[in-house]
Amino acid sequence: MFSRILVANRGEIALRIIRACRELGVQTVAVYSQEDAGSAHLQLADDSICIGPGAAGESYLNIPRIISAAEIADVQAIHPGYGFLAENAHFAEICRSCKIEFIGPSVESMSLLGDKVAARKLAKRAQVPVKQGSESAVSDEEAVKIALEIGYPVMIKASGGGGGRGMRQAHNEISLRAGLNAARAEAQAAFGCADLFIEKLIERARHVEVQVLADMQGKVIHLGERDCSLQRRHQKLVEETPSPVISEQTRAALARAAVRLLGKAKYFSAGTVEFLVDQKGDFSFLEVNTRIQVEHPVTEMATGVDLVKWQIRIAAGEPLSLEQDEIKAQGVAMECRINAEDPANDFRPCAGTIEEFRPPGGPGVRFDSHVYAGYRISPCYDSCIAKLIVHQPSRGEAITCMRRALEEFHIAPIKTTIPLLKQIFNHRDFIRGKVDTEFIERTW
Amino acid sequence: MSEQSKNHRKGQSMDVKEIKKLIDLMVKNDLRELEIRDGERRISLKRGVGELVPLVGAQTGEQEGNNSQQLAKAEKESSETQMESIVSPMVGTFYNAPNPESGPYVQVGETVTADTVVCIVEAMKVMNEIKAGVNGVVEKVLVASGEAVEFGQQMFIVRPT
Repeated sequence: MFSRILVANRGEIALRIIRACRELGVQTVAVYSQEDAGSAHLQLADDSICIGPGAAGESYLNIPRIISAAEIADVQAIHPGYGFLAENAHFAEICRSCKIEFIGPSVESMSLLGDKVAARKLAKRAQVPVKQGSESAVSDEEAVKIALEIGYPVMIKASGGGGGRGMRQAHNEISLRAGLNAARAEAQAAFGCADLFIEKLIERARHVEVQVLADMQGKVIHLGERDCSLQRRHQKLVEETPSPVISEQTRAALARAAVRLLGKAKYFSAGTVEFLVDQKGDFSFLEVNTRIQVEHPVTEMATGVDLVKWQIRIAAGEPLSLEQDEIKAQGVAMECRINAEDPANDFRPCAGTIEEFRPPGGPGVRFDSHVYAGYRISPCYDSCIAKLIVHQPSRGEAITCMRRALEEFHIAPIKTTIPLLKQIFNHRDFIRGKVDTEFIERTW
Repeated sequence: MSEQSKNHRKGQSMDVKEIKKLIDLMVKNDLRELEIRDGERRISLKRGVGELVPLVGAQTGEQEGNNSQQLAKAEKESSETQMESIVSPMVGTFYNAPNPESGPYVQVGETVTADTVVCIVEAMKVMNEIKAGVNGVVEKVLVASGEAVEFGQQMFIVRPT
């Protein structure tokens, strides 16, 4: 086991990693930007090092500064969290070449799965259903031809993209041509790669993903699925397990597909395979997230497995002591992401100091947050300030519990997405489990 | 009771309550500095990240006893606020000399210009020469050679000329 780990992230996930390390008896070194200098959770780390000004490019995304901090702090491993450098294969490579373990998968599997076109090809080889679409990056003319074959509507995707970014819909040839132009420019700017491919767009689909853990010895297990259909502009708002709409057969097939795919990729650490499930219950591969995800607590609550601790153990070379048939999901777990955004003003991010803060609690409630009364929300970073998770024996009880917890939760004067979440948890369609990825944009 | 000591006592109790109110005001409005002049009285408060450093202002002619210590501290700190600091632009290891055999780049009392190399910060095996960035006299060296420094950490205090 490592004696010292550097946490190359910020906010709630940095706190999550520090907590796991403290329980494992591992020392932590937190890096932070000047914007984050006042964060209380930094004091929970054994040491903290300022690595730059607020701008992510000069701090949390700055590889030389992070490696430099890792060297002077004499750590054996770096946990990248999610976002920032978590899926940067180049960073993983540099860490390992500096004899610092990167808590995540191998460079090879990260590179393979991070390339959306290569991942699609791997999925096909693993007999995982993929959406109809182009086999590789396409020119505009090829895209038009393929769209004609598979039929509109289609989705234009950036090969180097992910996390819901670099995507555009096209319902006909005119919007396809226009979309391709715009998408290429965006992709070049955002990912440094203008390669695009197209896929059939599945309308009113459900987003269902499978959590996987794999060790360096080749053991791959799944921990059930999460339904993340409630999204706004491709960013998830609410996640739950089990998925309320899929059949047992689909559930089992998704899990088997995920394990097969990551096994073929020689994957280790925590990873998630995302699928789209259409109204008929047929599923197709979306992408793989080669990192711990924001919504990991949903799976942790349902299965009782600490995913972050396992990431650390696996990275230290320990074999998975969990057996597939021992993993039993109990009850229903749900998570709400609480963002400092104003739903009444087109979800404009709200920065500033939190003056009043009374988080919810009680039976079946887990609250993951790095903020507190007096905390200053910086405009430099993403707006997620807390994750509210509930775990109850049934979906009805989970919804009631979440409603109760949302009502208890008081935060001022910062505007948050709590009012929208309350509406969602009182909405008939959501209560019936009849939602899809376009529900939020359709309804509000 | 003499006029002086009565004023002294009155001044003290007003200071504490007033200072507390001002501190609350500063925190609430996220202010860094606050200075209030009221006749001969002057209160100056400066707030660092997460800390409050109260400087009791000069009460001319009425400072006695333990107030004079605070006054001396205030004078020292207010003259320090005119100082410049040379901070590390990166994370790494501070070295005060080009190599173990040489003498240090600069010492206390030496004059530097903006282009004077004052130290090395080593990051990932690259020795980065750090320039003073200010003209003046080195007042203090805050880091020992071989010590780790973080981004923005003060390494030297320079009295600018």
